[in-house]
Formats: sequence, structure tokens, C-alpha cells
Amino acid sequence: MSSAIIVGGGIVGCAVALELAQAGVQVTLIERDCLGSGATAAGMGHIVVMDEGEAQLKLTLYGQQLWQTLTAAHPQRHEYHECGTLWVATDAEEWQLVAEKAAVYRQHLIPCEILDAAALYAHEPALRAGLVGGLLVPNDSVVYPPKSAVYLWQQAEKHAAKLVYGEVRSIQANAVQLSDGRQLHADAIVIANGQRCIELLPELPIRAKRGQLVITERYPNLIKHQLVELSYIKNAHASSGDSVAFNLQPRPNGQLLIGSSRQFDRTDRQIDQQLLSTMLRKAIDYVPALADVRCLRTWTGVRAASPDGLPLIGQHPEQAGLWLNVGHEGLGITTALSSARLLADQMLHRPAALDLQPYLPRGLQQEQR
Amino acid sequence: MSLNLVIVGAGPAGLAAAWSASQSKANVTLIDQYDQAGGQIWRGGTHAAPKRYQHLFAQQTELRYLNKTHVIGANADHLFLATPNGPQQLAFDRVILANGARELFLPFPGWTLPKVLGVGGLQALVKGGLPIAGKNVVVAGSGPLLVAVASQLKQRGAIVKAVVEQAPLGQLLRFGRSLAGYPSKIGQAAQSIAMLRNTPFYPNTWVVAAEGAGAVQQVRLSNHHSIECDYLACSWSLIANTELAQQLGCKLEHSFVLVDRGQQTSVNHIYAAGELTGIGGEDKAIVEGQIAGFAATGNYQAASQLAHKQAQARQFSQQLATSFALRPELRQLAQANTLVCRCEDVTFEQLQNQPSWRSAKLQTRCGMGVCQGRVCSSATQYLFGWGQDSVRFPIHPVSVADLVMESV
Amino acid sequence: MKQIHISINGTRYQVAEHSNLAAVLMTNAIANRRSVSGEPRMAVCGMGSCGECRVTINQQAHQLACLQQCSEGMEVQCEP
Repeated sequence: MSSAIIVGGGIVGCAVALELAQAGVQVTLIERDCLGSGATAAGMGHIVVMDEGEAQLKLTLYGQQLWQTLTAAHPQRHEYHECGTLWVATDAEEWQLVAEKAAVYRQHLIPCEILDAAALYAHEPALRAGLVGGLLVPNDSVVYPPKSAVYLWQQAEKHAAKLVYGEVRSIQANAVQLSDGRQLHADAIVIANGQRCIELLPELPIRAKRGQLVITERYPNLIKHQLVELSYIKNAHASSGDSVAFNLQPRPNGQLLIGSSRQFDRTDRQIDQQLLSTMLRKAIDYVPALADVRCLRTWTGVRAASPDGLPLIGQHPEQAGLWLNVGHEGLGITTALSSARLLADQMLHRPAALDLQPYLPRGLQQEQR
Repeated sequence: MSLNLVIVGAGPAGLAAAWSASQSKANVTLIDQYDQAGGQIWRGGTHAAPKRYQHLFAQQTELRYLNKTHVIGANADHLFLATPNGPQQLAFDRVILANGARELFLPFPGWTLPKVLGVGGLQALVKGGLPIAGKNVVVAGSGPLLVAVASQLKQRGAIVKAVVEQAPLGQLLRFGRSLAGYPSKIGQAAQSIAMLRNTPFYPNTWVVAAEGAGAVQQVRLSNHHSIECDYLACSWSLIANTELAQQLGCKLEHSFVLVDRGQQTSVNHIYAAGELTGIGGEDKAIVEGQIAGFAATGNYQAASQLAHKQAQARQFSQQLATSFALRPELRQLAQANTLVCRCEDVTFEQLQNQPSWRSAKLQTRCGMGVCQGRVCSSATQYLFGWGQDSVRFPIHPVSVADLVMESV
Repeated sequence: MKQIHISINGTRYQVAEHSNLAAVLMTNAIANRRSVSGEPRMAVCGMGSCGECRVTINQQAHQLACLQQCSEGMEVQCEP
């Protein structure tokens, strides 16, 4: 394989571009708007090790390690900030989860610290009274993904990668057709355009999960860690309906990002006031001082969700030369670098650091052909 | 059940709309961000307004006035409000948008120094109690507002060191001659000019830099004059506050809200009047407001009787736009290290290689601060020819609690 | 005009009732805020759109001074 076209200039596409270009592949990246402007710009940029299953944990942990390497030289270029994640327990049931979660992390040698109520308030005095404790995972961090996407791209450009602005209309064998009539050819095509992949390949088992976020003015002293409710996975990953889960992030500049919410199959940009209200009510419940915090802006973004929550990384099961890196749901920033590495390993016949089996493209929908 | 009419903005256009709507049995709610009605032109209360508007509040029990209230968003039948008592959703049958304009600020070296402010900005602060008597003021930029505000400041005892207008003299003279068609304008202009008879007026001239330690002390002009001053009031034009109109889905044309002869926008039941539809000042605001108020309440007969005045006002608005068109040299004022985005302190140099406004926002945070691009997006549109992004909810910064609605 | 008292950065000021807070700050040459890169800033647009006049009023951060009338006992804090 000597050339590749990558569809989608988000964080995943840019990471794949760098992996392939570095290995000597002639890369062409196609972006419809500007680099890092889709889900990459809409998310929180939380680099977090998630433990909803072994495969997810390994992919996110691998991703986190690659992020640490990437950002080590110039952390401020990525607005990288190791604020840690503090999982907050509200009751006895969630306190039980703290112990279980800690056990899993420790088994994988991931540093973590169980906090009782007193320790929790010492770390985060703005949390409401009556909480039972939490789990601090200090190596989790935040980045500003649009800048990282451009950084990755600039590195790829040094290896002769080319950027083409345009909208891909269809995929053929070893070629893509743009809506303005241009046709581009390469040995391999990589689909890395998030939820829009189903417009090109309707057989992919990807559904839109829309989220809404709020960003505030600068309040540098309110919280120090990314605060997430312990029932996050339970609340965030229901298989249908609208849901909210408390997730509050301190940006390095003092701004706060307030999340999170999920809505299936919606891709429009109209704010859902009801869901926003529910989400913010929950945030105020956890951190009462948020009530008076000034909001600057709200927006929506679309996650690409697979049925089992794991991304599809590898060759299309039925089309040789067509490669996929999609379906990262809410973890696409964390898993961008690890998934790009794993994809490149497959394309270049290199040994991979993880067992690839759980991530290989799967579950194609036959009836939609 | 009577019609729920909501009027956003209680300046001349909004008050005129409320007055003509009050001739019908409509249920009128008037919303404004200030304590008192009047807007920028009749700032500080309606006592500066014509009598019929002064009486509006006293006579009309049907009129509900929501002051200190921001409209932060909208859907097809509700406006989302941030009131002093918390968030509120207001159902409407008709909306008249009359929320005016703001000043266009273009970056030049020193424009972020304290006491460099808008022309309307200085006027507003002086009306709000800023003592100006004995202070040295330079009024600069473009448009009839310069002369109007300079004369008001002088009346209050300010030493107006110069009025600096970027438009060439020939264009100004043509504009002056065209005023013959608008008797009320001639009177105003004559008064202002008489007031400023000993004040230097520099046409074809613009500010190239403001200098000073801690605050502006000196202004350098394109004609190589330097003038010492306590205040530099500077604005280049007016731009419509179209954010709410955009959230409601109204079409824009050249950054103004597109309306028909009845002041209706491209969206049924949504009307716009005043500066929103084109900069034209008080007369245009009043006639368009009146028409919108009549049309929104079904009083088409009364609305159509104002067609001639409306046409005149719109023609004047066109003349303003051509006479005070901005010259290309103004694009060269910002230096590499001049800030363009004042909220996030983004320099010209950081922006000049960005491919688009969206990219500039994502990569530099330009326009992502508290003003949400109200200052810098118009400036970058002029400087780099970039397009605009969509308007995000909430239109004004409000507290988290103000975004929590009871039920929708 | 009735005079009232407000406090700015801990100092007491006598001002006319209903004075605009941004006007009072400019009168006394007090910068409302520090910009992201540390520049002192005062009101610019005077009509609630540019955000340069943000101050803390009665412990509430990021309030627009140009939309505020002074009232007795108001406590104003500007970024140092």
C-alpha cells in the first residue's frame, strides 16, 4: 500500500493521517469544513480511562499513554492539563461502586485513590453536603481537541500529507467521489468521519447520540478535578431514550464545561430546552454554587455510537481496501491516538499492542442494502 | 381570546409599535434590558420621547412592561427570558423585533486602552452620570452620530478637540444636499453644526492610533495630527442586533433583517422595525415601529397609510449607507500585535492565516468570549471577508439557574 | 439629586442615586477588569454587548456594570 485517502479531518482522521504519513504512505485527507470542527470541537476533551469492559479499558488506557507522549514536549499546545477525574458517590450503592472501580483500576496498575466524605470535601469543597465519598483517578486529563487535531495534521504535513477541502458523496473501490465532481484515487480508503459514516456506508451499525454542553465564564477556583457521577455509565449508556449524567470539567483557563446528555438519532443543532434544564438541574444539585455561574454558550454535538460501545477499527468485512475507524461514542478524543495506531498496524501489517479482535468491524446491517 | 403580541426592545421602534398595537385589543408585552424604556436614542426614560409615547405607560393597562429582561432564545411559539425574578417562557402569537443596533468597532493600535470607547458608548455613560464638562474629547469614526454626539457633549461642557470623519468631503457634501428631502433631519443637522462651529472637523481622516499610559492620552490621526485628550469616542458604523432574529429563523440581507412592506420578516408573524432592518435613526424607527404595530394587529389600513413615510425613511437609510461607506485603508490599521478579540485577547497576527471564521474561533478562541463575537465577528468580517457562524443559545450570558426552565 | 453610598474595592464612594455603575467607575478611573493578557479595561459599548465592563457586584461575578444603576450599599469588586 503506497497511498491512502482519509475521509474526515477530525481528531481521529488527523491521527490516522499522521500514523500513515509517518510510515511513508502518501496521505490525502478530505475535510468538509475545517480541521477538528465536528464532534472533535463539540466534546469535552476529557482523556479518561473508562472501565465498561476490558476492551474499552485497554483501548482508553493505551490512548491515554499515547496522549501523554504526544503532549509531553508542548503541553500548552494542546491545553493539556492533568486535572484527574473525581468519580462522586452519592449513596451506599454508589459507594460500593467506588470499591469495585478501584479494584479494576488497580488490577491494571492505574493509580487511583478512594476518598471518604471528609477527603472528598477536602478535594472539592464546592460539592453539596451529604455525599458519601469518591474515587480520584489522578492521571486522567483534559485537552483542547481542535488544537490537537491541527497539531497532528501539521506533523502529518511534514511527511507530505495533502489536505483537500470537499464533501465526499460516495465511495468506490479505491476511490472517492466528491460532491463537486472531483474523483480521488488511492490504494486504501479510510473512513474516519464519525456519525456521518452512515451517509456513505449505511450498512454500518452506527447510531447518532446527540449531546449538549454548556460553557461558562471563568471561575478558576470553583473546582479542581473533572467531576463525574458514579452512575455515569449506567445513566449515560441506556440503550434508548434521553438521558443526562453529571459531568463537570474545569478548563485550564478557569472556564467550566457542564455536561452531559444523550439523545438517540438526533443530529440537528436545536437545543432541547427540557433536556438542558434537566442536565443543569442535576449539575446544580451536585455543585450548588453553579446556580449563579454565568453561561456563555450552549451547543450540540453528535457522537457515533456502536451497539456494544466499542469503535470499529479495521478493514470493512466485505470491501477490501476500505478501512474504518468510527464509532467512538463519547470517548473519541481518548481513543483517537490508540485507534489510529491500531488501524495503521493492520494496514501496514505491523504487530499491534492490543488484541484487535474486539474492535474489528462487525455487526453490519444487511437489510439496509 | 386576544392576540399575544410581544415587542422586544423599548426604544423608538418598540414604543411606536406598542403605541399602534394599543389601538387594537392586543395583549402587548414590551421587553427591554434596561430599567427604563427609551432605548439608546431616548435613553434614561420616555421623557425624551414624543408625548404619545410618554403617555403609553400611563394609559395602557393592557401593556405589560418587562424591564431588566433579556430575551435569551426562542422557538416557534415561545421566547425564553431571563428576568430579574428568574427564567420565564413567554408564549406569543406575534413578535415585533425592535432591539436596535450596536456600534461597529474596528481594531487599531491602542483601541483597547481605557477611555477609548464607542461614540454611543460615551453618550450613554454621560447620560448615566459620567462628568464630561472640561474634559478633552476626540470624536472619530464615521456617520452622522459623530456630529450629533459631539454637539451634545459640547452642550454639556466637554471640550471637543476634533470630530474626525473617514468619509471624503465630496461624499459628505452630497449627503448634506440630499437632506433637503428630509426637513426634520435638516433641523437636527443645523443645530449640531451650529453647536460645533468652533470645533475642528476633519473629513477624509481617521484615527491611526491611540496612545497613553493606563488610559488614552493622545490620538494620532491619518493627517499626521496628534491630539491630546481624556476620551476618544470612536465608532465606524452601526450594526443590527440580529441574533434573536436569526434564532427565530428570519432571513438576513447584508447583515440586516429582511422585511416586507408590512415589516414582516421571512417568518410568518415575526416582524422587525428600526435599525434591525437598516440603519436610519429615529424617524425610520418610529414609522417602521408604527407599521409593524398596526400590521401585527391586523390594522392593515392604518399601516398602508404610512407607506410614503416608510419609503422615505428607507431611502434615507440607503443614502446613509453609501455616504458613509468604509474606506479600504481602515483594513490596514491593525498591526500584527493589535488585539482583534478583546474578550480572549487574540491578535491580528494570530488570525491572519486562518482559513475561516469557524477555524479562527476553534484555533484561537476569537469570538468565543463573553461578547460571543458581537465585537470581533463584524470586525473580522470586514478585515478578512469571513462569513458568520450560527447564533448560540443563550443570546446573552446568563446564570445557569436562568437556563433551568420549569417545563417546556 | 439624592446621594447614596456604594463600595468599590472596599472604598466608600458617594454617588448620585441611579448613576450608571460603569459611568461611576470611569469617573473614578477604576479599571473594571483585567483582560486575559493583563490589560486594564473599562466600558466600551455602554449598552450591554461588549462585556468589557464586567465586575463583581454583591459577590456575583461577571456582571455588566453598564446595565447596572447604583443602589445604596452596593458592593463592587474589580479585578486587581
